Parts: sequence; structure tokens; C-alpha cells
Amino acid sequence: MGNLAIKADALVKWFGEGQTKTVAVRDVSFEAYFGEMLYIEGPSGSGKTTLLSMISGILRPNSGSVTVENKDIWSLPADQIADFRLNTVGFVFQDYHLFPRLTTVENVAIPLILKKVDWNEALKMSLQYLEIVGLKDRAPLFPTKLSGGEQQRVAIARAIVSSPDILIFDEPTASLDGDTGRRIVDFVKKNILNDKRCILIVTHDSRIFEYANRIMKMEDGKITGIVTGGGHEE
Amino acid sequence: MNGILRIAFKLLINDKGKFAALLVGITFAVFLMVMMTSMFAGILHRSSSTVINIGATIWVMDPAVNTVASSIPMPDYILDAVRSIDGVKYAVPLYSGGALVKLRSGIYQAATVIGLDDASLFGRPELIEGRIEDIYAENAFVVVKDTEFLKLNNPTLGSEFEINDHKGVVVGIAKVTSGGLFGIPTLYTTYKRAIQYIPSTRYTISYILVEPKSADAVQHIKLQVKQLGYEALTKDDFIQKISRFYKYQTGLGINVLLMTVISFIVGLSISGQTFYTFILENLEKFGALKAIGAKGRELVYMIMFQATFTCLTGYGLGIGLSSIIIAFAKLRLPSYAALITYGNLVFAFVMVLIIAGISSYIGIRKVIRIEPFDIFRG
Repeated sequence: MGNLAIKADALVKWFGEGQTKTVAVRDVSFEAYFGEMLYIEGPSGSGKTTLLSMISGILRPNSGSVTVENKDIWSLPADQIADFRLNTVGFVFQDYHLFPRLTTVENVAIPLILKKVDWNEALKMSLQYLEIVGLKDRAPLFPTKLSGGEQQRVAIARAIVSSPDILIFDEPTASLDGDTGRRIVDFVKKNILNDKRCILIVTHDSRIFEYANRIMKMEDGKITGIVTGGGHEE
Repeated sequence: MNGILRIAFKLLINDKGKFAALLVGITFAVFLMVMMTSMFAGILHRSSSTVINIGATIWVMDPAVNTVASSIPMPDYILDAVRSIDGVKYAVPLYSGGALVKLRSGIYQAATVIGLDDASLFGRPELIEGRIEDIYAENAFVVVKDTEFLKLNNPTLGSEFEINDHKGVVVGIAKVTSGGLFGIPTLYTTYKRAIQYIPSTRYTISYILVEPKSADAVQHIKLQVKQLGYEALTKDDFIQKISRFYKYQTGLGINVLLMTVISFIVGLSISGQTFYTFILENLEKFGALKAIGAKGRELVYMIMFQATFTCLTGYGLGIGLSSIIIAFAKLRLPSYAALITYGNLVFAFVMVLIIAGISSYIGIRKVIRIEPFDIFRG
């Protein structure tokens, strides 16, 4: 395994108060490393998305800490947490969340533009990343003109365009057919994952388990086991 | 343009349907507001047409006078008293009143008669036909060629008519800066003839027109006239007084205000609702931006930019449309009173900024509350 990328320590998150209180994540600790593709797998309501949100600086835990590259992210002020998300984390959302009114290349350029990169320079760089995901010729099209698989790849290009160390995929194959889903994850493993990058994938699609380095199983807000991609208990 | 604002711009204009609906809403609201306020400004302007056309620096009158037409005659000694005030270069009497003109066709036509000081003819209009000295001829009148000119059966030099059983002869045709409000023709003659031909009260001076020796003397003249129990107003003061009368004492102001408020509400409703729908449709995308790393204030800038850009574009279109309609209407209908003033433009601009502010506020409230976690949760 590579260097430590993420260290989650005793994370707890609940929603509501009193009788409506629901504990989504209960005392979860784990580590993720650069160069690995770590899956978080579990049934609906097991707390995997909540856990991912706390790790990526989106949802503040009630207790516990998240250390990324030796930085306790939840001790940072709000603006720095936003900067952390912008500079360190790349997101591929379940529904992609591409802007239908922006062209493909403009969608990819969004993180660069948020990083104050010059507009033309951002588009130029984005084209390179569209080439990586094999969609350079789709650059001037609007996302509505693309297939589901192509939209997924645009979302991947957007996630990696600012060279983040951590990539977060939320149910990346949920909206894709089996073959396309496998091709996408295979592509990510071969072309996006490297020694300086850690990829976390929330999924319950067993068809893509073969690509995982490790699979962290969650149930009822707790980690119930961590298995390797081959399915062996760690 | 800043990158984030460029994204906001593209999100806005590429949603052609919504953008068009927003523009139509704002343009329509601005159009209605400008048309209403321009009409009002035009009416107010015309209500002061005599003051504008005569052009005297100071007008002395009874304090109860509200409009030029409602003059209260003053005794002659007031003219002498005003002439004796320090700082007065000269002061002349002016007669302003109404008369019935019997045309050659036998039709009666109401007219405004302005009687100019016999010695100086101060306040005389610019003649386009005839010679001003002919006004001293027997029964002489100068007719103003404005939109009401036709009502005197298009008189020419030498045309005759009756005015209160006196003969009248047209010796000049004049043009003036501003047409009147009440739709009746205007005749100029000498002061003496005016008070001779038109039934008068014991006192005959409608106004005393004063020219001060210097601008510094105006305040002193005002004070001295006040001590005489009368009021001295500069040209602008008198126009303001007339405007205030029409705004606040005739119901005209409140009616126009109501229509303007309705226009504002229509614009606000259309644009506010459309902008709110636009934000709702993009809410998840704003949430995604937040998740990616956009700061709350950047999203606020985006929304404010979108609202402001739409409103300013709609403002420009609304002003353009109003100007074209008013210009066209004036070509076809010379008596059309609408007048776009800087005040109208500023008023509409402020209203549009309020629409932009409220629309932004609604959107910002929504976007600020969206949590990136909601995007993950779907």
C-alpha cells in the first residue's frame, strides 16, 4: 500500500434530535491510501454516503476527526474547507450534475474557473482532460447531447481536471448499464488511479467489485468488514 | 469578465426560454412604468406651458394661485410697489384669462388670452408669420400655431374673428416652446386690449413679471414681495408649485402612482417568479458547485450578476421601446403629452434595481440554504 491519504477516526454523525434522532454513522474509523481504489459498499441507509460526505469536507461530523494529508479538515474555517474540496477532492456525483446550459468543455473547466484560472487557459486544459476520457470531439456539445456513459466520463474529466489527490465517486454505475459501468470503472482504474491519488467509490454494484483494491462493508452506520478486491477478509 | 460570472452569464443566456421570459417581464414593467411616468411628466410640463413660454425670471402673484389659469388679479399699486423694490431691474404686468372666440363659421371656441405689457411686450412669442409691431394695430391678436391652432379654423394673417363682441384680427402667427394642457388655442395681445376686451374684475393684473438686477437680488425681492402680502416665485419655483398642485391636489398624482405601482408589481411578479423557477431548476447545480468548492459568496455574486444583468438589459429594452412608442405617437398625434425626463429614467432604474434586489434575494436565500450533502443524498 502507498502512503496514508485519509485517516478517519471515531466518526459519528446523527440527524435530528430527541425522538427523531437517527444515527447514520457510529464510531467509524478507517484509513485509505494513495494508489488504492477503496469501495464503500452497503445497503441503502447504511451510512456510506454520510461517511463519504464527512471525509470529503461536505458534512461536519458530530464527533471524530478526518485527517487528509496530515490536516484535520474539520478544524479548518469554512472557507478553507471549501478550498480543501476545490484543491484536494474531485467529485463524481451519482447524477453527474453537469450543467445542461454549459458546453462539455465548459463543464469540465468549472473547478479550474473556481480556482481563478483564466477562462481560455481553463478551456485549453479541460480539452486535454476531455482527450484523456476520449471525448475531445464532444467538447462543444451540450451534455444533453451525450449518452449516459459519455456524461459520466465528462464528470470524471471535471473531477480530475484540477489534479485532486482524492477522488470521490458516488454510485458511479447506478445510471449506467452493466457493460458501460464496467468500462468506466476499468477506465478509471487504468487511467486515473495512480500512486499519488486515492479513489473512494460508494457503490452497491457487485459487478464492479473486481476493480477494487479493498471493499469496506457498512451496515447500520458501522463498518462490518474490509475485504480485498479478491473478496478476502483483511 | 471574471470566470465565475462568465459561468453565471452562460447559465442565464443559454436558458433561452427563461431568459426571454425574464426579459419580457422586466421590459414590460419598465415600459409601463416609463409610459405612465412620462405621461405624467408631459402633463406636468404642459401645465406650466405659459410659465415656460413667457420665460420671466420672477413671477409675482397672489399666494393662493396654484396654476397659471387660476390667477387672482392684483391691484395696480402692487406693480408700482414691486418696481420700487431694490434689485428689480424692471417689472411688467401680465394678463392671463379665458375668452370665447366666435369664428367666421359662427362656431364658438374657448381660447386663452395672454395680455403682454404694452410698452415692452415682455414674454412675446417668436413669430413665424407677421411683424410683432403690428400687435399695436387696432384689434390685433397673435395666434399661437400649436396643436390647437386648427380649432381656430387655421387662421392666416388678416383672418378676423369676434372675441366677446369685439372684432379681432390676426396680425401674427407664432410658435412657442411648450403646448398647453387644456386643449384650447392661445392668443396674444397687448395688456390694455386684453383687459378692455375681456370682462375683468376690479383688479386686472394677473401676474407681475420681474427681472432682477442680479441673481443675488432674487431672495431680497421674494422677501419684499412677501411683506406686501404676495408671493414672488422664480420660474422654476412656479413650475414646481404647479406640479405639486397637480400631483397632490387633483388626484392625478395618486392615479398615476397607482398605475406605476401596478406596473412595478406586474414586473416584479413575472421576473421574480421566473427567476425563482430558474434558481429552483439550477438549485442542484448550485449545490454541486458548492460541493466542488465554490464559496457561498461566489454563488451570491453569480445570482446577483444574473439578476442585475437581466434587469439592466430589460431596463434598456423597456426604455428603448417606450422611447420608440412615444416618438412614434408624437409624430402621429402632436398633442400627445408624454415626455421622458431624467427623473423618469432614474425612477424606472431604481424600480428595476429593486426588482433585481428582490429577485436576487429570493434566489440567494434558496441557494445559501442548499447543502452539498443534499446533492450526495440525491
